[in-house]
Amino acid sequence: MFVLDNASWTGPWVTDSSILHLLICSSTKEEETGTTREKHRNCTHLPQWRQEVMKWNGWGYSDSRFLFNKKGQAEFTGRRYRLGGLIFPSLKDWFESTFGANLQHKSPPTAALNSSAITPPNLNEPFLQDLKSMGIPHSLEAEDRVFRAHGHCLHEIFALREGRFGRLPDMVVWPNCHDDVVKIVELACQHNACLIPYGGGTSVSSALECPPDEMRSIVSLDTSQMNHILWIDEKNLTAHVEAGIVGQELERLLNESGFCTGHEPDSMEFSTLGGWVATRASGMKKNIYGNIEDLVVHIKMVTPRGVVEKSCQVPRMSTGPDIHHFIMGSEGTLGVVTEVTLKIRPLPEYQKYGSVVFPNFEQGVACLREVAKQRCAPASIRLMDNAQFQFGHALKPQVSSIFTSFLDGLKKFYITKFKGFDTHRLCVATLLFEGDREKVLQHEKQVYDIAAKFGGLAAGEDNGQRGYMLTFVIAYLRDLGMDYYVIGESFETSVPWDRVLDLCRNVKERITRECKERGVQFPPMSTCRVTQTYDAGACVYFYFAFNYRGLADPVHVYEQVEHAAREEILANGGSLSHHHGGMALHDEGSRWGTSAGIWAGARIRF
Amino acid sequence: MASRTLYSQRDPALKKRDDFEDILEERRNSSDLKYALKCYMPVLYKGVTPCKPSMIKTMVLQSEQLRYVVTELSKETGEATEVIQGEALAILEEMAHKLHLGTVRFFAYMLNKAFKVLYQRIRVNEDGIQRLQQAIQEHPLVLLPSHRSYMDFLIVSYLLYTNDLALPVIAAGMDFLGMKFVGEMLRMSGAFFIRRSFGGDRLYWAVFSEYVKTILRNGYAPIEFFLEGTRSRTCKSLTPKVGLLSIAMEPFFKGEVFDVSMVPISISYERVLEEALYARELLGVPKPKESTSGLLKARRILSEDYGNIHVYFGQPVSLRSLAQGRINRSQYNLMPRHISRRPGEDVQVFVNDVAYKMVRLQEESMVLRPWVLVATILLQNPHGVEAVWLAEQTAWLRGLAQAFGAFLDWPDHISASRAVASGLALHPNLVRAERGRVRLATEPKGPGARAPEEDLFNHAVTVLSCASYRNQVLHVFLRPALLAMAMDVAPTSRKDDVYSCFGYLRDVFSNEFILCPGAEVQDFDEACFLLTKCSAIQILKQDIVATERGRPTLSFLSAMFQPFLLGYQVVCRYLCEEVAESLPEKSYVAGVRSYAVKRILSGELACLEVLSSDLQKNVLAALLRMGALRKSKAGELVTLRVNKSAINTIENTLGGRVSTQKPVLARL
Repeated sequence: MFVLDNASWTGPWVTDSSILHLLICSSTKEEETGTTREKHRNCTHLPQWRQEVMKWNGWGYSDSRFLFNKKGQAEFTGRRYRLGGLIFPSLKDWFESTFGANLQHKSPPTAALNSSAITPPNLNEPFLQDLKSMGIPHSLEAEDRVFRAHGHCLHEIFALREGRFGRLPDMVVWPNCHDDVVKIVELACQHNACLIPYGGGTSVSSALECPPDEMRSIVSLDTSQMNHILWIDEKNLTAHVEAGIVGQELERLLNESGFCTGHEPDSMEFSTLGGWVATRASGMKKNIYGNIEDLVVHIKMVTPRGVVEKSCQVPRMSTGPDIHHFIMGSEGTLGVVTEVTLKIRPLPEYQKYGSVVFPNFEQGVACLREVAKQRCAPASIRLMDNAQFQFGHALKPQVSSIFTSFLDGLKKFYITKFKGFDTHRLCVATLLFEGDREKVLQHEKQVYDIAAKFGGLAAGEDNGQRGYMLTFVIAYLRDLGMDYYVIGESFETSVPWDRVLDLCRNVKERITRECKERGVQFPPMSTCRVTQTYDAGACVYFYFAFNYRGLADPVHVYEQVEHAAREEILANGGSLSHHHGGMALHDEGSRWGTSAGIWAGARIRF
Repeated sequence: MASRTLYSQRDPALKKRDDFEDILEERRNSSDLKYALKCYMPVLYKGVTPCKPSMIKTMVLQSEQLRYVVTELSKETGEATEVIQGEALAILEEMAHKLHLGTVRFFAYMLNKAFKVLYQRIRVNEDGIQRLQQAIQEHPLVLLPSHRSYMDFLIVSYLLYTNDLALPVIAAGMDFLGMKFVGEMLRMSGAFFIRRSFGGDRLYWAVFSEYVKTILRNGYAPIEFFLEGTRSRTCKSLTPKVGLLSIAMEPFFKGEVFDVSMVPISISYERVLEEALYARELLGVPKPKESTSGLLKARRILSEDYGNIHVYFGQPVSLRSLAQGRINRSQYNLMPRHISRRPGEDVQVFVNDVAYKMVRLQEESMVLRPWVLVATILLQNPHGVEAVWLAEQTAWLRGLAQAFGAFLDWPDHISASRAVASGLALHPNLVRAERGRVRLATEPKGPGARAPEEDLFNHAVTVLSCASYRNQVLHVFLRPALLAMAMDVAPTSRKDDVYSCFGYLRDVFSNEFILCPGAEVQDFDEACFLLTKCSAIQILKQDIVATERGRPTLSFLSAMFQPFLLGYQVVCRYLCEEVAESLPEKSYVAGVRSYAVKRILSGELACLEVLSSDLQKNVLAALLRMGALRKSKAGELVTLRVNKSAINTIENTLGGRVSTQKPVLARL
């Protein structure tokens, strides 16, 4: 919908299979010259000095951010995304009324990174000498160390914005290949240094935090230079890839050969293959392509006691427990994932978005359950609750013509007055179909027919696209919120079907109640969506944000509320995490009642 | 812990309570008809759309829970599911309410008329109503009124209707259905009917629990039931029954609702309608069967004055906050929620604790009129007292009760003699004031000589009626009195001796009074605190000693509970002396009664309260619990086997004759 001629999106799709086309300016559309195109491409592949293009204290690229301009209208800067330069007229009202925030009350971050405030590195000289002799690139610069000392948890970003730094890695190394990693790990063992693998830095499970009491020298092992596709096997439909490759780059390179992995986690702009493996990631289109555990054929991991890998690249084996399942989800505690063989698929012929409006969330969930039961889920099907629908609505860019706004009014009239939907209860499911054109159309009809049984009305491709776009910009929006005393975060869970509704209602209510009890002045935004369907249950994603004006320690309040919300999730039959990972959560103590014991033992630093 | 939060307020006298307003006043000045036909638009839970009672029935029948049980039963018995489903429907038809606004309006009209004649005032705490209005919208609601009279059924609904609040669905015993019309009328005003016992009937249990949960989950109406299970004939709170409460909590444990608010409601009557009826029933005249003609005959009560009713709607208690840290709800995650299973130990203990807590909350907000203090004093002086002394004594007791946190309705400007006089005026059938003396009323000797048993019986009716008023204030004095008694009984004044005696008495009497399980220490602390506060005792390093000033207080407290102590001893004596080794359970009450009558007539025993079957049953339960009696079943016949030495020990310990023995101590 950021492209006003929607028709262009309904046609056969060949250039780019990934969902990012929604967001990123595609060079083919903008008639750039060959050279600028080359330059543009380079941007998707992260440089060694990431801070050159990325924010050191927020999400994403330095040139891309939301702000309220002088007229008080929300605007997105930069030319990197399709949103660049667009105005969002209703965002301000939504923002102010949802959070009780005010554009006069700003909470800007500290302007620049003050290198002098940073403690000098605790160097392990013998390690450094040996590393130098091997010629592996490294850095002791404060900026590099700060950049790799955190993931994107709220408390981490909040501290950066206030210019507070905890324990930092003492140096950064950039291996170029598997063998470099083997050498680095050997050196670390030999000289008793501590390694923390670093991929895209998008962790939201505190896994990148350096233990404050760590006395050894901490080395951040940045895999970003290991970003090549080593080979593609068209007969078996597999590709062997270095683990440092960033999601969008992997997809772009495979697309050039006519393939894709179809693995598209929301963080795919920045997260890496190694990170996906280490956190048991899940992609938006898992209904067609599967989650990371379904996609992986072979993993090479360097551990302090040698390299772990299988001796064959086969679809399945039955010789004891699967070693891959120890590696996936280990979050860097067992070793460094260096190379992965992944399944690939030919690019789909056709892609189509869609959306369905339901009179209420209950009906929507019932519909998703039926779709899962009939095993006819499209590549992606997501159900936003009412608050999130309103949120998405606030992100509608300025319409160019009176005609479009007239059409919008007409649509609204039809749904609310003619069909009797309550705007404060209705909710929207967004859909993405993929495959042969004919099959997609057939599939589409099947899904819409099911939806109709649950009172769902087809609501067009436009709404569908906006729904997916929200996923990608949410992290940029969080930075905007933080400029105005609003902090927030998302967390997710996996839950059996029969408990979805109860869990959603109870967790949202618990958040609201806990905020009130902890002195938050305005009701928080507490919203959820069902993002994945399975045979036995669903994945539910919560967004939670509040205005922290008047609170002495907002992050502490935030953490208490989040803790309560997770407790509520567990009490309602949900899991601690579906795909973010969460060994740090397990470590919080055995009170979570999970396999903390096993993993605590497995937490190895070398 | 529930019991801990209960005592978080160290000084009960400081408890803050709402003010009352008389709702009858407005009714007296306006048209009843207009009132009955007023616009009734209650606020509902989270804007839920009201739903017809028949819809609820359908939902219950189609629920997974019920279908599961039906299938299971069909597999076990080989009967077709349709047949069992039919039985379920029949159960539901018998049970379900049919709330009908017209009937409610009719009741409102009639009650208005009746209330205005019967009562001087019906006083309600308006703040409580306000809180209720708030609570109804937020979470499903459970109303838990105390139960001292049939009137309780009607009065809560009447008040909610008056205040334009959602009418509750009320759990009632099946016996009401025996009354022609009235049963159905009650049904149409929101009552649903449950059988008194259905222990083994899985289908009945499934229908019943699903019915309650469906109403609760969807928040269609507040659920009202009586924790005590039945009307208290003695005006003491009864040991709570936990069955319905645990059903009402299940939707929360299983995550089906975010929270459940429980509202304790204390309804206190200055004069209970059933007063004399209760006393007769306790003496062994069986309760008249509920019948419409009986109700009509009862009209004569309309000619008397029943004083005031006080209704106190307590703070809504959040189940979620009570369960926080005590119940691990994930235990319900490992099985489909429609399969019901026995709740775990932690849940059972929790439900029981909550039940006690709620009854305690009811007790604490019971309004006490000066008359209950008068009755307390008169019972200790059965031969009558000087009116002047009575007034002095009542004023003194008022001070003590207030120090202990009693909720007394005794405005400062009313003098003691006036308060006493108004109490006496309201109870002419129980007390006589002649020539400056006040005494309990005894029937004048009628023409012709009557059997001494009959005289005794008549006198006992008066004593038990009077006791029912004294009983209303017992909960205020219970803990200090147990301490006072323990100090009498204990072999030495050492703290641990007193404490172990206190614990022992508390244990013995835990079927008689509301004593939260596991709260010995808190109770002891509270008792010590209160008695120290009124300088009746001094707590030294090692000992607890009575002060000179405090002796009258302590002996008064002991005397207040003396009838219970004696009652327990008499029953023990009976079991030791009159029973060989065992007796049929059925003949227990009659046996104790005739033994007691004999002793009273022979002048050995002066305490008539021993004749109360309530007390006798409580002793039975206590002795069974303590292992001094054992039940054995042979077919239909239940026999009680007597452990004489254990009973002897209990009797002696209660009498303070034997220093507390080791095996007894081991129980503490």
